[in-house]
Formats: sequence, structure tokens, C-alpha cells
Amino acid sequence: MTTVATVSEGTGNPYALSHLDSLESEAVHIFREVAGEFERPVILFSGGKDSILMLHLALKAFAPAPVPFTLLHVDTGHNFPEVLEYRDRTVAEHGLRLHVASVQEYIDAGKLRERPDGTRNPLQTVPLTEAIQQHRFDAVFGGGRRDEEKARAKERVFSLRDEFSQWDPRRQRPELWQLYNGRHAAGEHVRVFPISNWTELDVWQYIEREGIELPQIYFAHDREVFSRSGMWLTAGDWGGPKEHERTETRQVRYRTVGDMSCTGAVDSDATTLAAVITEIAASRLTERGATRADDKMSEAAMEDRKREGYF
Amino acid sequence: MTTPIQLAEQLSATTLLRFATAGSVDDGKSTLVGRLLHDSKSVLTDQLEAVEDASRKRGQEAPDLALLTDGLRAEREQGITIDVAYRYFATARRRFILADTPGHVQYTRNMVTGASTAELAVVLVDARNGVVEQTRRHAAVAALLRVPHVVLAVNKMDLVDYAEPVFAAIAQEFTAYAASLGVPEITAIPISALAGDNVVEPSSHMDWYGGPTVLEHLETVPVSHDLTGCHARFPVQYVIRPQTPQHRDYRGYAGQIAAGAFRVGEPVTVLPSGRTSTIAAIDLLGTSVDTAWAPQSVTVRLTDDVDVSRGDLIAPSGDAPAVTQDVEATVCHVADRPLTVGQRVLIKHTTRTVKAIVKDIPSRLTLDDLSQHPAPGRLAANDIGRVVVRTAEPLALDAYADSRRTGSFLLIDPADGTTLSAGMAGASFAAAPARVAAPADDDAEWDF
Repeated sequence: MTTVATVSEGTGNPYALSHLDSLESEAVHIFREVAGEFERPVILFSGGKDSILMLHLALKAFAPAPVPFTLLHVDTGHNFPEVLEYRDRTVAEHGLRLHVASVQEYIDAGKLRERPDGTRNPLQTVPLTEAIQQHRFDAVFGGGRRDEEKARAKERVFSLRDEFSQWDPRRQRPELWQLYNGRHAAGEHVRVFPISNWTELDVWQYIEREGIELPQIYFAHDREVFSRSGMWLTAGDWGGPKEHERTETRQVRYRTVGDMSCTGAVDSDATTLAAVITEIAASRLTERGATRADDKMSEAAMEDRKREGYF
Repeated sequence: MTTPIQLAEQLSATTLLRFATAGSVDDGKSTLVGRLLHDSKSVLTDQLEAVEDASRKRGQEAPDLALLTDGLRAEREQGITIDVAYRYFATARRRFILADTPGHVQYTRNMVTGASTAELAVVLVDARNGVVEQTRRHAAVAALLRVPHVVLAVNKMDLVDYAEPVFAAIAQEFTAYAASLGVPEITAIPISALAGDNVVEPSSHMDWYGGPTVLEHLETVPVSHDLTGCHARFPVQYVIRPQTPQHRDYRGYAGQIAAGAFRVGEPVTVLPSGRTSTIAAIDLLGTSVDTAWAPQSVTVRLTDDVDVSRGDLIAPSGDAPAVTQDVEATVCHVADRPLTVGQRVLIKHTTRTVKAIVKDIPSRLTLDDLSQHPAPGRLAANDIGRVVVRTAEPLALDAYADSRRTGSFLLIDPADGTTLSAGMAGASFAAAPARVAAPADDDAEWDF
């Protein structure tokens, strides 16, 4: 079991914080700024590790009081059952309120059309932005990290969105010191990214240090998968495998949790947090590069989706 | 490839260093950043493949490492860095957050953004050109923002035959200049980012250099200030009152310690009201502690039921800042529309936002030659100047020279929320005001 030292070594400075403590302190500061300045904040919660981490940080930031935010999940209709079960259990355990925006309902109502490639990830944008308008959320916490992707590396911690939720990377507010500017007009909102400065490895090390429970799909297990575009996808009602694709049982785990149609599993025998950390530290692939098909659509796929209102 | 021993070391890496790079495109900044990322295993296979692929599509033979950091469509199209990008990498000894800032004068505001949270700035110089205007500009911004450590990286040493006198002359000129601006610590390193000399590995071409490589210096530079000399400051962010059966009487003041340290039992004063009390308890995110220090996020409880709310500042009773409604400061104007005398603004200082009016703009600084221009009447985008602001309510403001956190503020447009200017309170950024005179005006004081 790896333990993370909380006291600096070798610097001779007893007041130097460990990198995890620095990141934690910064994230807590951001949560409290939003609580202090906004009327109706919401945390985007998918049951994935980044949103679980965010909720954990929010719980610590306001303890012993409850988290003063509601949760919002954009359900693609192709979510992993284990993750939905985790989501509902967590919400109940902490006495939270969960809003669900359903992509399936939008498709059934004819407001969205299924894409030919079957991925529903880009379809999340409309239900997300409409939920924000409907509930008049003025601050929306996302678990986006700058290390994930090059467009996200350009994202502010407080990111102003217009009434259509659009991101304009050329018109971002400079962000100076720890003075976050959350001013916005009626109808606009601010996307807030408290874990902007965390890397995938930081997230895992912190989860281990804090003993945070995760959905089991993050750990190696046997699963029925088939290969598509170089990724192992889970077979299911969502549309796979097709006739020419063959299912097989492999020992895999997930590095990210998203829509089943575009989130791939990786071969792994990491069944514990320590093993997962060792595996990630040695990996030569980024989290999204390894397992996300939607980011490979074009050189600026993420930037384009973010401009439209994706988180 | 990382060995298991290196991996174990990396996983126990303890501290975090935030640093910024400054330098023009031609100085080799992208190459230096690319090499730091690449040699620390932070460029992964799929990212490199994406860069190789994009470079090929553009007809370039070698992978263009700038595409790693230029993440926006517009940046990639124009081949320039427009906005700050944050990069993350780690070695066995430390984690790093790199603010990769554009070097162009028109992007001064972005360099200010990157430098505002940096503990260290790397200023790049081309060994063939020596200290140029742009170098002086970068040094001035680092001094203005009070970045504690500055590294002068004299790059392209391979193009001057790795000659010691070339390096020594540049290092001496820069060190004298930066010291006169009040930069507290300067480390000069001769490098070739392209050939890899003294970036990660010590150079075999420069036996005359006995100092650290860039990475070695980044790994060992101290990250926290000595807290004993700091004025303790705690801006209240949020009041935690659970009002649950278990915690009916709990009333905690949540915030991030901005400077110094606080102890249980310490007499404190709440500003701007001036009420006094004593620290009854400090909760460090679930753990009760006796002492807490910057930049820890904590919840403080007081022995008395005094009126404290968001925007208040808690300080030791014997060391509280004065409150004022007249703010004199240096600002970097970051908005496209100008800042003018008479303009009504909001000032955001720590957790407090109050109405204010710009009473005067006594001078504007020209970064090119560091000359000052009296009474410009307005500041345009990227201008740096002196301002006098009158606030509607008192602020507990420190001099930026004493505290980056409680001496800094934003000016905000009340109409639409635009961030107008980044402000640094106090007389001047220079430690030694009279040392440098502007070349154009020998009588000019360095108190612009």
C-alpha cells in the first residue's frame, strides 16, 4: 500500500504543503467562493471519478454543514448500470438532491436525433444547457481538468458562458491571483472547474489517501467486450456488437466513465487503488487518448464541443 | 522508460511548484517547454502522435512541439500563442504547474496572469542577441508581480560556441538590471533547449558552468516563504452554520489563510469593524488543529459571538492592517476598453467587493524603456500605470510588497462584470526606487 507523505521532505521548510494538500486547499477555496457569491449553483455529477472527487471536496469544504449545492446528471441513456447504482446510493447517503436530464427523453420526444455512429456523448449538450436554463443555475461545477486535453488546458477556473452556454476562448476573462470573477448577467452562467489543476495521477492518489469509494468498473474485472476503432467497448442494448464484430471476455477496467458507446476499457489486472496508480504512472497513453472515441473526431473536437456548451 | 524505483519516487513526490515561462517565440520557449515536458514523460504517445499527424498535414517534416501547447484553433492556424496554457508535469522530486504565457507585448496581460500565481519565472534570452527590450519587459513584469524567484535561461549557447564570456556578459547585465527592479533572487543558466544542454541533463559542452540544470533548479528552489516574517491574514469566505441537532451552536468562518499562521488562543481583530475576539478552534477540513498557515483552507471559530461575514478579514490583534478608502496602486489594464479618470468600478479585494471610483491616473509606464508618462488620463489594454481609487466602504488592504494575496485586487466593470484591471496596492513595485532612471528622462524616479 502506498502512503502519500503529507510533510515535505528535503526542503527543510516545515510549512511547505504537499502537492495534494495544495490542490485540495485550492479546490476547497473555489467551492467556498461559489457558495459565497452565487444564488443557484449545481454540481455536474456523473458517478465518474472526477465528479466523485468533487463531491468529496465539497463535503469537506462545508463540514459539518451539508453541501449547499444540488447535483445534476446528464444521463445519456447508455450509462453503466454500476455507475447509476453508485450515483443513487451516494445521493441518498448524503441527503443530496439530484436533477437528471435525460438524452433518451429528448430522443423519444423528437428533439434530438440519434447519430449514425451511435455515440451519444455530443448529444448531452442540449439537455445540459436546457436544464441550466430551466432551473436557472448560475454556477455549474464541472470536473474538467486542464491535463485532459489541449482545449481544456486553455480553460479558466471560472468560465463565463452566455445564455446559450457558449464558450468563446478568445473572449475569456484573465484570471489573476486567486481572485475569481463570477459576475454575470441574468441568463448567463459560470462554469466552475475546481480541479482544473489536478492531473489524472493526482486524482487517483487523492482517492487512495482519502479512502474514497468508487464504482467497481474502475478496477480490473472480467467483461464481455468487442473491438471497435481500436477500443474495447462493452456489449449492450445501446448498439453493439454489430454483425461483423465479435464479443469476447477480457479482464479490463475503465479509466474514464462516460457513455458506453464511446468510452473504451483498457486491458488491466489492477484490482486495487495501489495497482491502478502504478498502472497509470507507467502508462504511455493519456486518459482520453486511451479511451475516448469522441475526442478523436478532429484536431479541435473538444474545443468545438465546448464552444457549443459542452462542459 | 520509467524504472520501478523512479516510479516509487515519483509517487511520493511531495511539493508543488507553480512557475511561468516568458520569452519570444524566437527565443526557443516552445522548445524548452517541449523538452521539459518530453524528458519528464509528460508528453504521452497519443499526444505526440496527434502532433506528428497535425504537423504532417501542415507540410512540416519534423513534429512541431508548439502544437502541444497551442491548444486553440486560432493559435494553431496562426502559429502563435494567444492565451495562457497550463501544463502539468512531475519528476521524482516535485510536481509542477507551468503557466505557459505568450511573449508578445500585446499579450502583457496574459504574462501578468501567468505570473500572478507563479513562485518562479523563467525568462529566456537568445545568447546571440543578449538582453533586449523584450527581456527588460519580462523582468519588469516579474518584478511588478513580485515573483519570488527568477531564472535567466541564456538559450542557444550552441550557436555561440558555448562561450563562457558570452554567457557571463548577459548574466551580469541581466542580474544588475533585474536587481535594480527589486527582483529578490536571480539564477542564470546557460542552455541549449534544442541540443538539450543544461535543461534536464548537465551539458558536456560547458565544463566552465558549475550550477544546476534548469530542471534541477526547478526541483530544489524553496516553494514557501518564511512565514515568521509574514503578517497573518484570514479573509472570511463563507459562514458555516449547520443548524442541525448535532451542531446547533456551530458557527465557523471558512476561508483560505492568505498569509502567515494562526494559532488557537490567539487574540484577533475582525476588519473593517475592528471588533476583537480570540480564536477558539481551527478545523483543517475535518481535523482539529492548533496551528494553521497559508495557503491552507480552514474553518475558524471564535470565542465570542461577534458579527462576522463574508468579506471580513481576521488578523492578529497586534498586527492588523489599517483600513482605508483611498487606494493607491499600480495596475495592469487587462480589458480592451480603456480605464479612465472618473470611471465607476467595482473593486474585488480578497473576498470583498465594493463600489469605487477612479480618482486619478497619475502616470503610465512604458515597458519598452521603463519611462513614465505623467497624467495619461486613461489606460489602454496592456498598459501598466499608477491609479488612485476611492472606495465606497473601507478595505483592509496590505501593500502588495508585503502580501501578494491581500495586496492584490481586481477592478471590475459594474455594468457587465468585465475584469478591467489587475491591481497591486502600495507605493511602487521597486525595492530601490531611485536606482533606475529612465533613459529618456534622467530626472524620472522609478516611482511611476
